[in-house]
Amino acid sequence: MNKIFRGRKYFLEAIWEGLLKISGSITSIVVLLIVVFLFKEGMGLFNSKKIEDGYSIAINKTNTLTKLSSEEVKNVFDAEITSWKALGVKMENDEIVVLRLNDVESYANEEEMALLDQSFDNLPKVINRIIEDNPNMIAFVPETYLNKGFSGKKIDLGNISPKEFFGGKEWFPTAQPVPQFGVLPIILGTLWVSLGAILLALPFGLAVSIYMSELASTRIYKLMKPVIELLAGIPSVVYGFFGLIVIVPLIQKVFNLPVGETAMAGSIVLGIMALPTIITISEDALRTVPRAMKEASLALGANKWQTIIKVTIPYAISGITAAVVLGIGRAIGETMAVLMVTGNAAVIPHTLLEPVRTIPATIAAELGEAPSGGVHYQALFVLGCILFILTLIINLTVEYVSSKNKHKAH
Amino acid sequence: MKARKIILAIALVALSMPTLNAQKVKGSDTVLPLSQKEAEAYGKKGGKITVTGGGSGVGLAALIDGSTDIAQSSRKMKFDEKAKMSEAGKQVREVIIAYDALAVVVNPANKVSQLTREQLEGIFTGKIKNWKEVGGEDLKIVVYSRETSSGTYEFFKESVLKNKNYASTVLSMPATGAIIQSIKQTKGAIGYVGLAYVNNTVKDLKVSYNKGKTYADASVANAKNKTYPIVRPLYYYYELKKEKQVKPFINFVLSAEGQAIVSKVGYIPVK
Repeated sequence: MNKIFRGRKYFLEAIWEGLLKISGSITSIVVLLIVVFLFKEGMGLFNSKKIEDGYSIAINKTNTLTKLSSEEVKNVFDAEITSWKALGVKMENDEIVVLRLNDVESYANEEEMALLDQSFDNLPKVINRIIEDNPNMIAFVPETYLNKGFSGKKIDLGNISPKEFFGGKEWFPTAQPVPQFGVLPIILGTLWVSLGAILLALPFGLAVSIYMSELASTRIYKLMKPVIELLAGIPSVVYGFFGLIVIVPLIQKVFNLPVGETAMAGSIVLGIMALPTIITISEDALRTVPRAMKEASLALGANKWQTIIKVTIPYAISGITAAVVLGIGRAIGETMAVLMVTGNAAVIPHTLLEPVRTIPATIAAELGEAPSGGVHYQALFVLGCILFILTLIINLTVEYVSSKNKHKAH
Repeated sequence: MKARKIILAIALVALSMPTLNAQKVKGSDTVLPLSQKEAEAYGKKGGKITVTGGGSGVGLAALIDGSTDIAQSSRKMKFDEKAKMSEAGKQVREVIIAYDALAVVVNPANKVSQLTREQLEGIFTGKIKNWKEVGGEDLKIVVYSRETSSGTYEFFKESVLKNKNYASTVLSMPATGAIIQSIKQTKGAIGYVGLAYVNNTVKDLKVSYNKGKTYADASVANAKNKTYPIVRPLYYYYELKKEKQVKPFINFVLSAEGQAIVSKVGYIPVK
């Protein structure tokens, strides 16, 4: 009887063990798959053409232009560059005339309009004629309309280069004809906001955790703990709205700024959001300081304050560091609250009092409408990869810091 | 064997679709609330319409590949979309079901009350940076815009900026409500919102499209008589072959009852 019972017990245990093992490996596999998915979707970006898919830049055959940077294309089509001289091309008529597909109707003559009304098959002919008649024209038209007997020249802009992507300063993902993917301002914006957040949250968080672990009476502690945990349970949209309505106008008034949606507003909101993480983890670290250490310090004649500064905090420092790093991690990945208060202008920030655009906000705002598999979609996934690498670095730092702690303890 | 079963199932579902007689409307998120209200009212009369959003581009693409009956759109069908449609051998019909006006709004404390299109272009492309350049006080201009994914963003770019890009310093907000809130609390702010969203916490500007000869107020009446220029029609597109099926619903939308719903949702009726 006893034997059977024991056998059944082992059997049950084996099942439990198996279940735990399976759920563990499934979780790891899912995490890995997500990472693989992230990088796979982003990979294609640097094999994609700069110009919008299926389109071409075409010029008259007498034009000597051979190369254009994506910035130049944007400036030409934004009418910032209006003379061929600025592009290094000598031409009788120096003015650049831009042709988009929608302009075709205003250049076509009556006969051609009648042809177009009949069938779009006549379009390549009409486009060809228009470009032929205008030596100073630069056209942005679908590739398919330039294939059959096109007499002008096409300009190849080449692929998106990592240099332009990581070093570019302009983010216009839907610009035509050449989308601009410069992620530098967005990466800097993310780091800027997170750094500000941690600078604000660290002193407060540390103060509260020291108070809670060392000074607070049991009654106050029992009151404070759930309040702080509640802080972690508030949805981030609520924080964002609070930021937009309370913090943004406040910053604008205090610093007398033209606009209140700034990196600082984001930092304050994120700081508040990172507080529960920082408080909970560093309070745990402070609580693990052995009673004997503190009592020894007190026995040597140190007062409570000296004990906290000289004994408790140094002993718990690695735990506190981990808390800070995890707090930064929380801040870097936060989306909704930041989207609402930082203004989302993709410019390189010089102070905390300027609008910034962060990586998560960019992905959240744009991914829904980006055509799946397109260049914009891939660029957003590369942004996701960058964010992933940033958080990975942060997590490795935590690991390193806490492993250091173990050595010390031994 | 299994694959064949799945194909059979799909074919069955596909076959049963038309017998349900539910028509699909898909596309612009701007038109979405209107279409939903219209479909609700039409549903009470026994018609069955399913409405989904996704953006004008998505709706028109679905019309081209035949996965929707009506494409709702907040912009005119583009030249290359028409070309694609004719490549697919389909003829498309266009119906304007309502109008939507965009109001240019500033903070109520701003003294400027009218701007030309050229001035607006300068402001939104970043060439004009201070209100004193357009007759206001010495104050930095803070420009608010919608996110790049919004159809409103595209329409404003097309109509007011003549397809030029916004300045990179423009602040982009996730929703119209956020734009109103920000303009309310920022003295030098300017932005654009749908006419239905204008309230007394912001001031709407008179706009001129003929270099300052005449200025028009953003109002339903002015949008109707076409003196206010920043107005976009909202369209339904359908394939000529399916005219018989979709016509009852479209007729309902254009009827007095349907157009009353248009006003209620905050758009401008066609008639």
